Amino acid sequence: MNKFIRIDMTSLGVKIEETPEKYAGLGGRALTSSFVADEVKPTCHALGKNNKLIFAPGLLSGTSAPNSGRISVGAKSPLTGTIKESNSGGSFSQKMARMGIKALVIEGMPANDKFYVININMNSVTIDEAPPEILGGTGNYKAIEILSAKYGEKVGIAIAGPAGEYRLPTANISFKDPEGNIRSAGRGGLGAVMGSKKIKAIVIDDTGAGQVPIADLEKFRAASKVFAQALMSHPVSGQGLATYGTDVLINILNEAGGLPSYNFTAGRIDHNDNISGETLNATITDRGGDGKVSHGCHPGCIIKCSQWYPDKEGKYITSGFEYETIWALGADSGIKDLDDIAYIDRAMDDIGVDSIEIAVAVATAMDGGLLTWGDGKAVLDAVKQIAIPTPLGRILGGGTAVVGKVCGLYRVPVVKDQGIPAYDPRPVKGIGLTYATGTMGADHTSGYCIAGNILNVGAKIDPLKKDGQIEYARAMQIGTAAVDSTGMCLFVYFGIADSPDGYQALIDMINAQYGLSLTAADVDKLGESVLKTERAFNKAAGFTNAHDRLPEFFEYEPCPPHNVVWDFTPEEIDEVYNF
Amino acid sequence: MIHVKIRLFATLRENRDKETVIELSEGAAVKDILERLDISREDAAIILINGRGAKLDRILEDNDIVSIFPPLGGG
Ligand code: SF4
Repeated sequence: MNKFIRIDMTSLGVKIEETPEKYAGLGGRALTSSFVADEVKPTCHALGKNNKLIFAPGLLSGTSAPNSGRISVGAKSPLTGTIKESNSGGSFSQKMARMGIKALVIEGMPANDKFYVININMNSVTIDEAPPEILGGTGNYKAIEILSAKYGEKVGIAIAGPAGEYRLPTANISFKDPEGNIRSAGRGGLGAVMGSKKIKAIVIDDTGAGQVPIADLEKFRAASKVFAQALMSHPVSGQGLATYGTDVLINILNEAGGLPSYNFTAGRIDHNDNISGETLNATITDRGGDGKVSHGCHPGCIIKCSQWYPDKEGKYITSGFEYETIWALGADSGIKDLDDIAYIDRAMDDIGVDSIEIAVAVATAMDGGLLTWGDGKAVLDAVKQIAIPTPLGRILGGGTAVVGKVCGLYRVPVVKDQGIPAYDPRPVKGIGLTYATGTMGADHTSGYCIAGNILNVGAKIDPLKKDGQIEYARAMQIGTAAVDSTGMCLFVYFGIADSPDGYQALIDMINAQYGLSLTAADVDKLGESVLKTERAFNKAAGFTNAHDRLPEFFEYEPCPPHNVVWDFTPEEIDEVYNF
Repeated sequence: MIHVKIRLFATLRENRDKETVIELSEGAAVKDILERLDISREDAAIILINGRGAKLDRILEDNDIVSIFPPLGGG
């Protein structure tokens, strides 16, 4: 992988360079974060000409390694003002890797008002004017269809939806999956950065691309086999995720009293059966038709946590129907009908907004009287207004912090202006430390302490107690930063957390591909250096330890049923980054 | 005698009721429930009593609510 493509939207020029030496050994998040730290002015406005957007496949992407097809996207975030890496499935990463493209960078912004499509194939990189029929409120499903018809059914596509065109801070970047449906680099508003640079879509055609070079193929194959076995033999990655999807967490968090409900005023609901993973599985199975209980978001995924959710007639509504979205609409907003939630999920994918941020903003809007608790139809209508956008659409599309301000609330669940997802930090204390200290605002995926706090995977720590949480949250963030650099889906963690052989096999694959001899300690060092780089950027952007705090209401509003508050002191929280 | 409410989830619901109340003798522990319901220890990956994590030898009290999950994950 040696091509480093730079697209300058100010001059509409393309440069294809050799990968700079310092990035040669990096991939995924390690690469995007190093690049953003090197080249983006930390104090720049995220939507101004000085921000840069970078796409990078992971270190193992494009190989036959299971679950290695995640794409990382980086920039300064317009939602949080911090550095941001967001990753997604789809076929984009594997195509980039096979074409030998280490990274694609978009910088500058055009003087005119036109939108463009970047077209990448083995022979050229061109900047085409976007077809007018995909602009001005056209949904992503339709736009992907039009682009696929124009550029070829098999192309990979990254697209900014209507929300990205309007540069709303909740806009995501959507990626076409193998069936033409949608996966998203959801959090942090990177779609708005793409929109600010007037890029509607990036189309990638790898026809004629060869294989990703592998230094020691024998060793690679052997390690890949051990790795696949580790994933398949663990009950979670081998079976559980495929059967129930991530939504299985509804009942676990509900029983544990950590399912944030009605804008974080309680940790348990009564209508859990309406929205649980068990119900989701049964509904898909009963309805048949297009429904699929299990589906992979990119070729080579063997865990297959995704699914296709059909309507009563069996017609596809949405895929990648995740726990966090179902939680925010079902528990936090009180919508009791899974079909209502599915249609809202589809609308969010279609408009190109982060389905966590918007859904948390919806619950906040309900608390503030802008919407009625539990009214799924009204929420669907409000969300669709983001595509127009009406004033209400813009307010919701502004994200949770904006909605909280507009409604005059103090109970606004955000850290660094990013909405807090699906696990209450009062009764599940480990995840609270991740929310508080993560380099990208509240984000469960940046250090998934639910594993050892609730699921008994990798560790067993009492979620209601502070003991052991600081060290655990630190280790999880470091490990995640490393995994995010490999192109691996984070769910491989379930397969390797309790399997030293599986973990070693992951490292062996990287070594075999690049002719390296990394050890587990080196991988930890990589994770640490990614976090340090990100934190240094944030510091230069004006962030201090005082920003590493949860909203104050968690300290004085006890969360039933356990009736506990957030009780880590500032000094304790700051210990997480003491490494 | 004591009465405890058992809630089962995911695959543990196959051929079992998702919620039952069972009668146990005083001093009975979580592992006695597993035996009664024919659930293996590996299959009982997450056990909560009244919403708090519990071990197999934990002695049960009247009116406890016991939630049992097989190995599961998400995120
Ligand atoms: S496990 Fe889920 S998120 Fe991960 S690669 Fe597979 S479908 Fe995508």
